[in-house]
Amino acid sequence: MLSKPFSRSVWAVEMADTMSETIVIRAPIGDSVERSKARRLANGRGRYTDDLCLPRMVYAAFVRSPYAHARIVSIDASAAARAPGAVRVFTGPEIAAIVEPWTGEAAHLPNLRSPPQYPMAVERALWQGEPVALVVATSRALAEDAALLVEVLWEELPAVTDPLAALEPDSPLVHPELGNNLAFSHQVGRGDIGSGFAEADHVCEQTLYFGRHTGVTLEPRGLIADYDPTLDTLTVHHSHQAPFQMQMVFARHLGIPEQNVRVILPDIGGGFGLKLHVYNDEVAVVAASKLLGRPVKYIADRVESLLTDIHARDHRVTAKIAIAADGKITGLSVDDICVIGGYSNTIRLSTGEGMLVLMFSGAPYDIANYQATLKVPFQNKNIIAMYRGVGQPIAVTVTEHMVDLAARAAGIDPVEMRRRNYLTDDQFPTTGPGGVHLEYLSLNTCLDTVVERMHYPALRTEQNTYRASGVYRGIGLATMVEVTAVGPVYYGPAEVGVSTIDGCTVKLEQSGKVRVITSITDQGQGTEVGIAQIVAAGLGVPFADVSVVSGDTAVTPYGGGAYASRGIAIGGEAAYDAARTVRDNALSLAAAILQADPRSLDIEDAQIRDADTGTIRMSLAELSKIGYTRQDTLPLDVQPELSATRSFNPKVPAFVANGIQASHVEVDTDTGFVTLLDHWVVADGGRLINPALVDGQIRGGVVQGLGAALFEHIVYDENGQMQTATLADYMVPMACEMPDIDVVHIETLHKDNKLGTKGAGEAGTIGAASAVLNAVNDALAPLGAEPIASLPITPEIVLQALGKVS
Amino acid sequence: MKAPPFQYVKPQSLAEVFELLGEHGDDAQILAGGQSLMPTLHLRLSSPTVLIDINGLDELAGISIDDGQVTIGALTRLAEVLKSDIVNAHLATLSRAMPHVAHVAIRNRGTFGGSIAYADPAAELPACMLALDATLIVQSGQAKREIAASEFFLGLYETARTPGELLIGARIPIDPPNRVNSFLELSRRHGDFAVVGLAATANAVGDRLEDVRLAFFGCEDRAKLAGRAALAVSGKRADAPTIDAAIDALTEDLDPVANLLGNSATKRHLAAVLTRRALGELARGVGEATHA
Amino acid sequence: MHDRQEIALTVNGEAVNRTIGVRQHLVDFLRGELGLLGSHLGCEHGVCGACSVRVNGRVVRGCLMLAVQADGADVLTIEGLSETGEIADLQEAFVAGNALQCGFCTPGMLLTSAELLAGGQPLTRAEIREYLSGNYCRCTGYQAIIDAVETVLAQRVGG
Repeated sequence: MLSKPFSRSVWAVEMADTMSETIVIRAPIGDSVERSKARRLANGRGRYTDDLCLPRMVYAAFVRSPYAHARIVSIDASAAARAPGAVRVFTGPEIAAIVEPWTGEAAHLPNLRSPPQYPMAVERALWQGEPVALVVATSRALAEDAALLVEVLWEELPAVTDPLAALEPDSPLVHPELGNNLAFSHQVGRGDIGSGFAEADHVCEQTLYFGRHTGVTLEPRGLIADYDPTLDTLTVHHSHQAPFQMQMVFARHLGIPEQNVRVILPDIGGGFGLKLHVYNDEVAVVAASKLLGRPVKYIADRVESLLTDIHARDHRVTAKIAIAADGKITGLSVDDICVIGGYSNTIRLSTGEGMLVLMFSGAPYDIANYQATLKVPFQNKNIIAMYRGVGQPIAVTVTEHMVDLAARAAGIDPVEMRRRNYLTDDQFPTTGPGGVHLEYLSLNTCLDTVVERMHYPALRTEQNTYRASGVYRGIGLATMVEVTAVGPVYYGPAEVGVSTIDGCTVKLEQSGKVRVITSITDQGQGTEVGIAQIVAAGLGVPFADVSVVSGDTAVTPYGGGAYASRGIAIGGEAAYDAARTVRDNALSLAAAILQADPRSLDIEDAQIRDADTGTIRMSLAELSKIGYTRQDTLPLDVQPELSATRSFNPKVPAFVANGIQASHVEVDTDTGFVTLLDHWVVADGGRLINPALVDGQIRGGVVQGLGAALFEHIVYDENGQMQTATLADYMVPMACEMPDIDVVHIETLHKDNKLGTKGAGEAGTIGAASAVLNAVNDALAPLGAEPIASLPITPEIVLQALGKVS
Repeated sequence: MKAPPFQYVKPQSLAEVFELLGEHGDDAQILAGGQSLMPTLHLRLSSPTVLIDINGLDELAGISIDDGQVTIGALTRLAEVLKSDIVNAHLATLSRAMPHVAHVAIRNRGTFGGSIAYADPAAELPACMLALDATLIVQSGQAKREIAASEFFLGLYETARTPGELLIGARIPIDPPNRVNSFLELSRRHGDFAVVGLAATANAVGDRLEDVRLAFFGCEDRAKLAGRAALAVSGKRADAPTIDAAIDALTEDLDPVANLLGNSATKRHLAAVLTRRALGELARGVGEATHA
Repeated sequence: MHDRQEIALTVNGEAVNRTIGVRQHLVDFLRGELGLLGSHLGCEHGVCGACSVRVNGRVVRGCLMLAVQADGADVLTIEGLSETGEIADLQEAFVAGNALQCGFCTPGMLLTSAELLAGGQPLTRAEIREYLSGNYCRCTGYQAIIDAVETVLAQRVGG
């Protein structure tokens, strides 16, 4: 057991049980059990992708475009090919010859346009960092040396780097064949936004800017591609989140039969969505292995990572909120310009950021009149795709900032403002303004809880006392409504081939111990442990009797892997069903052995028992041994089947979870520096399988959001040159500036699965930045400062808001 | 990224170092702590033909005190400077600055001389040398030179040390009994280079400040003494009008360079804020000295 | 002047002799030549701390030292540190307290924390945060790490 209680389940709301069977929720479900894998990692025995070496393995380095937009006039690789240790140099056309291009389009979004993309630039490079040549050598250092000898003749072209200018008719074009730079646009709404604003007593408007981010997994991206020409098989050891996706991609785009492609995940040093994607440099490496017939290793270094790992956020949102005198919101409009890179990201699409802003803005509130528009311009910058939260941090920040603005305009306390406008219990189930089905959100419970946890009235009193002495502290709230466990409704119609189903095999072995093979994957979040807990509970064995295997497409059931906080919500269901099936099968066998009715038996603590009295009839080990090795003692018609595989397909389009965060800050109004004093989270992600692991996910997610609030910003200059090329410039949160984070859980059980779990991995990131922005503005409001509406909040921005610096 | 190819040599004597510098000139680089050089090599921003590893020259390390002067050898690790009883007893500015310098692991290898010779405009030690009126000692095959700190920092990563010379140490007068000081650094995260920083020293004479030195870092292309601002305060009590006068004068002393951490106006403003705070601290120090 | 050199050093208590290229940094040497994969590379420009190893008793950025500079040195990596048991209590506290998730920062975090503990000084929570401020973690949000170090420090030096 982990060493101390991490959170309390404050309120468990049991929704109507629509399942016909009994669902068994017992220990170790709900226990904060330790991850045994953590012991291995804490002793330096992790085996990450770069730790693996294969026979005859060679190393890849890339030549990348130094320009945001340039035509490749010629490439002379002859000197590079002769460099010490060089094995081969590949250019874009050579790789393109054996790779089917892909697009970032979707069948259900006909107005999402993105031309075909090859692994390496063939005619033009569309962002600084796009690969144009691949050097393979006997070491990474030698490959880099050789890469410097590749002579590329460039013709620099005008770069499209400003979101608004990109949409002007006279803008240079990223893809001339498309006629303009608008990759996608969309609109949602309901009610009558015009009357919503006309009848209002206050209307507030704001344009908010969201800096571009990247995920910065400490272990950079990487893979070892190992193609065997004698068998036409490909094995890829990949630092990735979705191995079956990559199996499909490699098979389809390299023309290798899919049953011959195997993707294996070593230990992975963080994912956060970054490692969910198809990267063109990675596909190029696989192509190189195919052409060479030997293993090729590529590990992105940190500069390459910052330059070419998918980016995220980068929105400019104009929002308007209308309220009546009593604070009731009568209308909300949101216009989002959300840039993407040179292409829309394939499979996962680059539209997620913007679409989730449209769908989730205003979600917690009773808003009849809503309009949201999205414009997605291409830029000559790196690809935008899915990073923890995907647009929801923006939706929350926009919404909660506007609610606070309106509250201030009407002279209403922000807590009271939310009470007046939240959807109430009796309004559920309902549809949010953006069209999302909301089954039930524990909004007021979460608000009440956070108000209590932060001692809100006392904190306000204290704030006033400090203000009187010239110290400016602020309190900010951020209500979160988020989608988790995104199901087939998003990816299915897109026809991108993503599996939204996940599966689990539970295998009882002769020893009576249990091996579990799951299609979900684990990059540190501990989902493997949750799976083991679920199986232990479902089957009736001690947690220590269960081991879990994941991350090998030749071994696990077919499934989606890790994305959209779905590991336990979906993978856990499959594990539960598989465990119950094995339990039922084991009891069938026991019944045959014991000449009893299987319904009179149960398994608990690895013993077959009378269900009524608990009396032990035989051990599970004994049963398994008979089932596997003593079939001679069984009646002829008995077929022991002590393993089972089950999948889970979510029946709802998505699970919706909610919560609230609060931030307490102090702003030094002379220097503009913000100190994070306290942070609270109340999260309702349904049932917690392992509270300690969930707390870890929430805190880690919050700190990424705090990074968004104060530090992180990928900056390009007007020529599309990256200015934040190292970790000295792209500032990630370090321990000193981070507060302790109070986490409390509410468990409103999800009713469309058996375990009642929803998903928790992204909640921290979704609300944290918003809470800080609101807290900073709360601190500065009495000084007559212009509301700050830009992330990250730098000291300069604070000083400008205070009018101390122009 | 991996470093480009180079030749490596670890001389056993200073004479050997100078010979190598003479032979290779700009193609050679000195490897001391490596905390600044190695990143530039790994980022392939620099391609020296020869790396001269001076870590074997034990005579260049050490902190000693003699006749009112502290001598710190260039090869002294920053961790040693931080822990040094001599520094902590006699050089308050340096003592206060050291915890701001990078992080534990960097200080364990990084050297005192390396930080000063590299002269990053946002680094703490060059400003400390200015505030403490230190003398930097450089040596070549031919001669030893002593250069006042106020004449040492010339421009962006540029010092008065010529390519054939090695910085071998600094000599710093110990704090007089009436020394008052302030060290303020604004950095986005602990251990980062400064957005703006100020190392301020003065001597309390009666209720006035004399010999005021205001050394800014993170503002311009090098650490810089704000001479006019210091003049506005010297010989005076650090009361509100005097402090205001110093802040006014500051606009003539500093012409901040914009970077990712702030534009010129912001840096100018922050420099003024730090000046006000530092002078306030100096004034309180005078008050304590007066009542001591 | 040379571009290859023979080095003799002690690594995790064992004598090691190799001839290596001079531009290879210490962590690439430990990983590539000696199979000590517990030290990691997160940036190779000295910022993230994933490469932290102990050289001659002090924690350093292994990526900022050339392997040839470790000639004659005593080097300890996470593997050796684990075998000595010097921080067994801290490693247990990390596991018990969920102070690691993906584990990539963990060896560096432990090497730095080991030096903190070896200092034998009681530190406040804020001082612990400051001490570890040069080691980047993306997964945990730091709190569980600080908890674990604080607990073990209190046990060792008294609360």
